[in-house]
Amino acid sequence: MKLNLALAQINTRLGVVDANLEKHLVLAKQARQDGADLIVFPELSLTGYTLQDITPSVSRRPVPGDPTFSHLLDASNEIDMVVGFVDEDSRHRFYIASAYLSGGQVLHVHRKVYLPTYGLFDEGRFFAWGDSVRAFDTRFGRMGILICEDFWHASPPYLLWLDGADVLLFMSASPGRGLNDGEKLESARWVENVNRSYANLFTSFVAHSNRVGYEDGLNFWGGATVFDPNGERIAQGPYFEEALTIATLDLNQLHRTRARLPLLRDERTALVQKEMDRILQKQE
Amino acid sequence: MSNIDLTINPELARKILTGFIKSEITRSGFSRAVVNLSGGLDSALSCALAAEALGGENVLALRLPYRTSSPESLEHAQLVIEQFKVQSETIEITGMVDALISSDPEMSKTRKGNIMARARMIVLYDKTEAFKGLAVGTGNKTEILLGYTTLWGDSASALNPIGDLYKGQVRQLSRALGIPAVIIDKAPSADLWAGQTDENELGFTYDEVDKLLYLLVDQRYSPEECVEAGFEAAFVEQVVTRIRRNQFKRMLPPIAKVSNRTVGYDFLYLRDWGT
Repeated sequence: MKLNLALAQINTRLGVVDANLEKHLVLAKQARQDGADLIVFPELSLTGYTLQDITPSVSRRPVPGDPTFSHLLDASNEIDMVVGFVDEDSRHRFYIASAYLSGGQVLHVHRKVYLPTYGLFDEGRFFAWGDSVRAFDTRFGRMGILICEDFWHASPPYLLWLDGADVLLFMSASPGRGLNDGEKLESARWVENVNRSYANLFTSFVAHSNRVGYEDGLNFWGGATVFDPNGERIAQGPYFEEALTIATLDLNQLHRTRARLPLLRDERTALVQKEMDRILQKQE
Repeated sequence: MSNIDLTINPELARKILTGFIKSEITRSGFSRAVVNLSGGLDSALSCALAAEALGGENVLALRLPYRTSSPESLEHAQLVIEQFKVQSETIEITGMVDALISSDPEMSKTRKGNIMARARMIVLYDKTEAFKGLAVGTGNKTEILLGYTTLWGDSASALNPIGDLYKGQVRQLSRALGIPAVIIDKAPSADLWAGQTDENELGFTYDEVDKLLYLLVDQRYSPEECVEAGFEAAFVEQVVTRIRRNQFKRMLPPIAKVSNRTVGYDFLYLRDWGT
């Protein structure tokens, strides 16, 4: 089976959900016309990234009655979509979240579990952290979603792998930094190395959708990628420019790679659990 | 310390900085920029980047000489105006500056220099209104960290494309953009009085201090680790003190908090809010 995946590296308007929604709908239509089955938008694609005190005024609920999600759910009858938004729960906690929409339904919502609050990042000041990392079934097989800092920790991708995800969908609003004499920014190099490593270690597909544009002095570098289960780069979006990058994922590659390299078969989860229990108990 | 490498990829810098100028000016509802073009390197670079981002016809370069300014500065500014095909105006600040200076015969060189820098700021902001553009800043990372700038004078701008580039990196990018060598190679000077040069006034070279600042700021070295890396202890101490003492020039004035929500503390929005 093949999956035609579109990665939408978009610029956003900061705190203007309707304008960003319009862009999502236009690109979803375009991706469908280009033959894509699934379109993945970056982190906080409906709101912009550096929200600070804007946060409470742009939150949404991923339900049919929500004025923003009603349009997105309609559009998901034509093409599966992953969209980034501020999720507000019934107790009025705000989360950085991404939702997988398909056939008018919300299949899965991931709430960012690691909120960077150091250096130029201040997410923990404005957001609550999510409390689960779960794979979920789609019409293309089982997948998992992680948002930016989530995949800088090795455990969330590992958990998704054990939970059955064969396609890892990563999304970011990664600020560009580390200008030196290299061909690309250090931040781009770091993220691409990490993505490739997971594809190799978990013999899985790893797709990354990162935004572009500026927020005050911060730039976002784009550069969407897809790595296949052999760790080969099968798609690369441009840097710093809006683009729709379409990749064909030959899902049978999972069969071929895992026949060669049965890392998943040999993974000793009971050993991991035993040692984790010991380590965590010792720490107490 | 010879192995500290501040080389940048100029094409990548150019792409990010011109994109920044275009984005931050247009989303504020403008399409034009105004730059104070001193004849020195920093403002030549800001002007060239603005011209590339917005088109030369949308950039107004101001030449604002005082009667003691070096004639060479005017000529060098003219080279940039012609090369990057920007609009230009030349306005003498002598009258407005001397009107204030003449009020105090005892006035120090520093006070006079500050008055000139602030007079140029007044003209710059006046022209932004007339030209319907935003003021593009010309301060580099070295001078921002050292506080080698006049507060509300040459430091004033609406956006600054080159404030995260050390002086040596400004030179690298300027070469890549084809700024005339005569501007790149001359001794940097604020040109506030005859014979003034930055390096004489600061007491060290940009090459040395760029490397030290890179370790202290970018690489988070402690002062002791900088000494171990080969820098003289007195030089490190001097620079560390300058950075700390000039923090006030790098921020808006603190507001005394009395309410539950106060600008600067817990009223937090980017300037790009809603755009």
